[in-house]
Amino acid sequence: MNTLNSEEQAVIAKPRLAVFKFASCDGCQLQLLSCEDELLSLADSLEIVHFLEATSRIESGPYDIALVEGSITTYADRKRIHEVRHQSKFLITIGACATAGGIQALKNWGDRNDFLRCVYAHPEYIETLATSTAIADHIPVDFELRGCPINRFQLLEVLRAVLAGRKPRTPSHSVCLDCKRRGSVCIAVSKDEACLGPITQSGCGAICPAFNRGCYGCFGPASQPNCDSLADWYLRGRISAPKLVPLLRNFNSNAADFRTCGDRVDPSSDQGVCE
Amino acid sequence: MSDRAIRTIEIGALTRVEGEGALRVSMKDGIITDVQLAIYEPPRFFEALLRGRPLEETPDITARICGICPIAYQMTTVHALETALRVRITPEIRVLRRLLYCGEWIESHGVHMHLLHIPDFFGYESIIELAKRFPEQVNRGLRLKKIGNRILEVMGGRAVHPINVAVGGFHKGPPKAELQALLPDLHWGLDAAIAVARWVAAFDFPDFFGDYEMVALQHPDEYPMNEGQIASTKGLCIAASEFENHFGERQVRHSTALQAVKLPDESSYFVGPLARLNLNRQMLSVSARQLCDELPIRWPCFNPFQSIIARALEVVHAFEEAIAIIRNYQGCSPARVKYKHFESEGCWATEAPRGLIYHRFKITIDGKIAFAKIVPPTSQNQRQIEQDLIAYLPSVLNDDDAATGLACEKLIRSYDPCISCATHFLKLEIDRR
Repeated sequence: MNTLNSEEQAVIAKPRLAVFKFASCDGCQLQLLSCEDELLSLADSLEIVHFLEATSRIESGPYDIALVEGSITTYADRKRIHEVRHQSKFLITIGACATAGGIQALKNWGDRNDFLRCVYAHPEYIETLATSTAIADHIPVDFELRGCPINRFQLLEVLRAVLAGRKPRTPSHSVCLDCKRRGSVCIAVSKDEACLGPITQSGCGAICPAFNRGCYGCFGPASQPNCDSLADWYLRGRISAPKLVPLLRNFNSNAADFRTCGDRVDPSSDQGVCE
Repeated sequence: MSDRAIRTIEIGALTRVEGEGALRVSMKDGIITDVQLAIYEPPRFFEALLRGRPLEETPDITARICGICPIAYQMTTVHALETALRVRITPEIRVLRRLLYCGEWIESHGVHMHLLHIPDFFGYESIIELAKRFPEQVNRGLRLKKIGNRILEVMGGRAVHPINVAVGGFHKGPPKAELQALLPDLHWGLDAAIAVARWVAAFDFPDFFGDYEMVALQHPDEYPMNEGQIASTKGLCIAASEFENHFGERQVRHSTALQAVKLPDESSYFVGPLARLNLNRQMLSVSARQLCDELPIRWPCFNPFQSIIARALEVVHAFEEAIAIIRNYQGCSPARVKYKHFESEGCWATEAPRGLIYHRFKITIDGKIAFAKIVPPTSQNQRQIEQDLIAYLPSVLNDDDAATGLACEKLIRSYDPCISCATHFLKLEIDRR
């Protein structure tokens, strides 16, 4: 009977990884390339078969693991994401664009034609939806990895977990806990500035307070955040709605918890229209 | 019409560039009639969505235009806003901003050279294949890039979308000890960067030269990063505030990125490391300047394929300057200069890894953005790339469409286009009528 040597077995067993980009800045896929120490060993355990930014090798599906960066902002992309889903066994969305619509979701509160005219002399050449939305608003997603940008160690953890067939260990507690661990002085208390740490998910390493500024929520809402309570506490103090609204409404503006709270606090919220 | 005359060829997606787009070549009776670098990434409307936002958060937002060169956006943004608010930053803040740019040049050039560009010179599809033949060189390149990232992490909390840049300076000055801890790696990096420059300078380059107008900042005392006059290899020398009198943006149907042109004749121009080097060689650090003279390349250089040598020399410079900055660093206090809001307008230009970058903002009396104009490097190079392809294609057009497409991709990659910046990149279609 023929038996495979270990190298041949590895070739057969290697799961096929694909990386897809929608509306985004490339920063989250760059995190994969920033795993310098792990990049080549990762290539040993996975077959990277579609990753336009990193390799000219382009293979068609099906794929075992798909990483999807970016949000849905065009008719063509709204169709394309269904094709990606169809081709992918385990689909992971990476970053604030893919998990919440990204900074470009600010247009959900604006007027599409006004936005087009603002940037382009010939708006008629441009094809765009009125909204920027998360991937999960369009297709079922197997795992969402948060952050603007994502944390590369969390990305490695998710890939290892998927390869091992276990649940990824990515904490969903708030940034506050990380500040205490890091020994950072509380910005909300000591500086009387708005900090979104109490309602923002861990993952960045609580860097903003360590650099003497409030958290601006780039990892999106923590699990079960009490956004309204925090917002009301800030508004009772010295922080005005015009300061608080843009803070709640930035890179994760269209994440449900931040969106609802921002719209409630926004004095002009009757204009707030989003999908 | 013969079969060949109506052939349309599609060569997958343009790969190993940042962002997504396509190349369309139209030919009639064997003659090229049009070349379109089509950028089809979805627009994200930064200039529109910045309106009404507090100016303090602008550097955090413009960073998100590009995950590979966020510092370029943050630097241009804060300088443009500081010009509007008449803020004078301290010499300490100024030098720390150069250190940040050193980190980004090392990281961004490191990624482009090793992950995106060098595989082309050996016919490999990615760094993974390259690593099998050149394991030492690939590991060296990855370590270089990582050191660039480390500078950004110490200075700004993280490498992608760092959080420490503020209008007026920094949220927090970096502790001296943390910067000094980088020195051993930086010394290793300087030696390694010199070895990389020698390696890439010995590659085989196509014999292709253009009559370019190369445009970059020029500064009397230093290699340009955060400030200088806008100069060109054809004699232009203007203040950054005159940018819009000399350069315009045009929208073309095939691209969601605007294309920049030089006025009044609507001509293409060339920005990036090669332009910087041609205009500023005498300002390179000692080791970079020595290498520049020693390497087998004639200056000024007008071969776009050799831009990889310019990148390598700039990495040498960035390491050497980073070492000098950290050695002299005594702390930064205040980390941030105070200012007041008033209705105003300001513009600025800096040197992103990929070339000249320009921003202009109008701000309201209560400190909000009323208007934003952002001109990234790749939209400036876009028309030049199309012009180059028209000039270069005849020498690579043959029966093998795949080979033709690959040759075009290599030329495009030598510009290190960042489509996410310009808006958004790749598919090659040759339409032979």
